[in-house]
Amino acid sequence: MQELLYASPSLMNFAYFFLLAVLMLFFVLGFVTYVILAERKVMGFIQLRKGPNQVGGSWGLLQTVADVLKLLIKEDIIPKLADRPLYKLAPIIAFAPSFMVIAVIPFTDKFQFADIGVGLLYYIAISGLTTIGIVTAGWASNNKYALLGAMRGAAQMISYEIPLVMSVVGIILLTGSLNLNDIVAAQEKVWFIVLQPVAFIVFFIAATAELNRIPFDLPESENELVAGYYVEYSGFRFAFFMLTEYVYMFAMSALITVLFLGGWMPLPFLGFIPGAVWFALKFSVVVFMFLWMRSTFPRVRADQLMEFGWKVLLPVALANIFLTAIIKELVNLF
Amino acid sequence: MLRTEEMLLNVGPQHPSTHGVFRIVLKIDGEIIREATPVIGYLHRGTEKIAENLQYTQIIPYTDRMDYLAAMTNNYVLCHAVETMVGTEIPERAEYLRVITMELGRVASHLVWWGTFLLDLGATSPFLYAFRDREMIINLLNEISGGRLTFNYMRIGGVKWDAPEGWIEKVKEFIPYMREQLEGYHQLVTGNEIFLSRVKGVGTYKKEEALQYSLSGANLRCTGVKWDLRKNEPYSIYDRFQFDVPVQESGDAWARYQVRFAEIVESLNILEQAVEQIPSSGDILAKVPKIIKAPKGEAFVRIESPRGEIGCYIASDGKKEPYRLKFRRPSFYNLQILPKLLVGENISNLIAILGAIDIVLGEVDG
Repeated sequence: MQELLYASPSLMNFAYFFLLAVLMLFFVLGFVTYVILAERKVMGFIQLRKGPNQVGGSWGLLQTVADVLKLLIKEDIIPKLADRPLYKLAPIIAFAPSFMVIAVIPFTDKFQFADIGVGLLYYIAISGLTTIGIVTAGWASNNKYALLGAMRGAAQMISYEIPLVMSVVGIILLTGSLNLNDIVAAQEKVWFIVLQPVAFIVFFIAATAELNRIPFDLPESENELVAGYYVEYSGFRFAFFMLTEYVYMFAMSALITVLFLGGWMPLPFLGFIPGAVWFALKFSVVVFMFLWMRSTFPRVRADQLMEFGWKVLLPVALANIFLTAIIKELVNLF
Repeated sequence: MLRTEEMLLNVGPQHPSTHGVFRIVLKIDGEIIREATPVIGYLHRGTEKIAENLQYTQIIPYTDRMDYLAAMTNNYVLCHAVETMVGTEIPERAEYLRVITMELGRVASHLVWWGTFLLDLGATSPFLYAFRDREMIINLLNEISGGRLTFNYMRIGGVKWDAPEGWIEKVKEFIPYMREQLEGYHQLVTGNEIFLSRVKGVGTYKKEEALQYSLSGANLRCTGVKWDLRKNEPYSIYDRFQFDVPVQESGDAWARYQVRFAEIVESLNILEQAVEQIPSSGDILAKVPKIIKAPKGEAFVRIESPRGEIGCYIASDGKKEPYRLKFRRPSFYNLQILPKLLVGENISNLIAILGAIDIVLGEVDG
């Protein structure tokens, strides 16, 4: 993989990459399939229910597959007064970036699609594009609830992207690099969750908001806006929005693993276990955290969300940068 | 300046958080509500008019369908009104059974409120916990009456069925169980920072406003008015029990939440005393004629339902059907303050405010 990345461009290499990307897509789709099942199972467990237990054995292993199939064969409905081209475009705009960001994530020291110098920046910049998809969907649906959801979505993304970026500046200061590989390599001795606990908390909260998950699922908020920006979507277009959400969950959990939990780095004395296993383990813990939060918390209000983002998270993130810089200089001095 | 417009948003009658077929037409500026017009009547079945053609006993099942979350209290208010007119003496054991079933119903009703209110605020789990515990109450009531929601249990002069063997013991076991669960509820929700920020200072009104709008129940007691008909105008045998009337001062959704929670505790206290005091045997139905004819005249009684004061007015011309029957349905009166509370709030608060009022649409529309 690594050699491929640095090999000169040729048709053959392109074919390799294309194949690998398709493989990755299937891997991610598989993940999405089972994280949805896991979510329903975990929520079922917390809420004294069984969760899916009919399709595919008592574990409901084929439930999501059946659901997706159902969505695919559903009639394609477009509201009469919707802006048709935009309505069709929106799910694609929302989905494409969610898959693009996966390219820069180093799953192990060998397995990564693009080892670019500004990997972290790339992730954050690309993931911001999804908002355009959400706003487009809300606008094109010609539905008032969808419009409100889209407005909330846009406001939320802007307010939480900033603390998200600011919170990782501390890590960048410590590593001296925006490259995700370098960031993992810098955590060989201590994970950044220990060195940057404040950054971790801010990042985790902002990430939840980025993912539109409870307690920050305001653009959807089924109890207020019915389903928010995708209220008019059904069938496979709706599936695309769901997919976007869960692929982002995949990407964000992977990013948190890389940034704060040492990526593929093993715990001390357990180095014989391969890096991929370590990555999967840490990654699963992060995913579980998201599922757990969803079944525990109520939703915050839009104005409180803004207040919290700008008045709490951002100053805390800035203070964290300041402190990190001072401590780093002091350590360098002595 | 950009030109902005007010938008007309139609919430309901099919909306996940209007608790039934309630519709509210909003004029919104962004997310801020400028004007709110509730539209009711989607569940109107004309209970009062139907009752004019029914014998008194036949009206009882119709009352079940008004406040379907606390059908026992509705049963009782009609029976109580007729009994007041006729002047029936109720057997001791029947009175106790009535109180026990009504208080169980009150706990069940408040549990549904708690679960759905939290669901409105976006938390999914409390709903299922509340329904697990409510299910136990429903099972108890099912055992004694044969119905899960619409009990049709009370009769003029007493109750239809005696408690089956071991039923009183089951209620006794339920009380400590419920207390324990309440602790869990508090740990999960009451201290949650997000929850507190969603309810504190939301939907606030003053004592005077509450009185002017004729609010009752927890919606009144959250403003500091200590008014509970079980205490102030004891009916049935409520004067025999020791219990408090929970009151809060702040008049917001948070106060209503606390009042309702405290009411569950008080209901459990009443239940505890009632299952101790209940005579082990005795009549459950007074000697009443097969066809009850209320004497010429009129009567109005009111009792405390989980949602507030439920009243029943009967005008009789001496026949076996009432000449006119009118229910004072607390949800209907409590809902009236909604448009006033909504002005200047945003849509998230709309859901929280509506949820905190605790309406049952079957009762609003009658």
